[in-house]
Amino acid sequence: MWSWVAHRVTGVAIFFFLLVHVLDTSLVRVSPEAYNEVIATYKNPVMGLGEAGLVAAIVFHAFNGIRIILVDFWSKGTKYQRVMLWIVLGLFVVTMAGFLPRHLMHVFGGE
Amino acid sequence: MSLVADPKAPRPPKAGPGRRTTRGNTELYGWVFMRASGVLLVVLIFGHLFVNLVAGEGVSQIDFGFVAGKWASPFWQVWDLLMLWLAMIHGTNGMRTIVNDYAEKDTTRLVLKGLLYFAFVLVVVLGTLVIFTFDPCPTGSPADLLPSFCTA
Repeated sequence: MWSWVAHRVTGVAIFFFLLVHVLDTSLVRVSPEAYNEVIATYKNPVMGLGEAGLVAAIVFHAFNGIRIILVDFWSKGTKYQRVMLWIVLGLFVVTMAGFLPRHLMHVFGGE
Repeated sequence: MSLVADPKAPRPPKAGPGRRTTRGNTELYGWVFMRASGVLLVVLIFGHLFVNLVAGEGVSQIDFGFVAGKWASPFWQVWDLLMLWLAMIHGTNGMRTIVNDYAEKDTTRLVLKGLLYFAFVLVVVLGTLVIFTFDPCPTGSPADLLPSFCTA
C-alpha cells in the first residue's frame, strides 16, 4: 500500500521535473549565454539538494517499478512481493550512499 | 509449475447492459507499455544521471560546451531522443491514470487531461526539434563558451 502511494508521488514529481528539464535544455537552441545562465541556478546549494531529492525519487521509482514487473510476470512474484520491497529499500540505500557523497561534493566542494 | 505468472493485466470489459466496450485492448497495451518502457527507462536514465551528475565534475561541469560535446555524437542524440519519447509517454500515461482515479467530475477530468496532452505535444515536439536542429557552434558566440572542436 505505502509503496504504491510512494510510486505515485515520486512519479508525479519526476513528471513535472521532466517538463521543466526539457524546457531548460531547449535554451541551448536560444544561445550559449541563455543556457549557461539558467543552468548555473542548478549549481547553487539549494538546487543541489533538490537534485539529490530528485535522484532519490527516480531511484525509488526505478527499483520499485522493477519489483512491480516481477510481481506481475514472475510466477513467485506475489509470494515474494514483501521480501522484494525490502530488497528495493536496500538497493535504494546502497545507490544513494554511492551517489550522495559524490553529488554533495560537486555541489558544495567549490570549483 | 511455470516460471512465468499469468499477469492480471487490464482486459476489455465484458459486453453487457450499460457497459461501454468501445475501448478494445487499449488499456492492455498501455499496461504492457508501462512495463516495457519502464525497463528501458531504468537503463537510459541511470546512464544519463551517471554521465551528467556522477562522472567527471558532476553538475558543476554542465554548460553549453558540455551539451554540445555530447550531441556532437549520434549516440547521445539517439539516447536522449529515446529517453525523451519513452519518458514522456510513460509519464503522461501515468498522469492520465492518476487523473482518472482522483478527478471525479467529468469536466475536471476533461480539462486536466486536455492540459496534460497539450503539455505532452509541446514538450515532445520542442525536445525533438532541439535535438535535431541543434548547432554546437553558433556563429557570433564567444569562443570560450563553445566546445573546443568549433575552432578547429
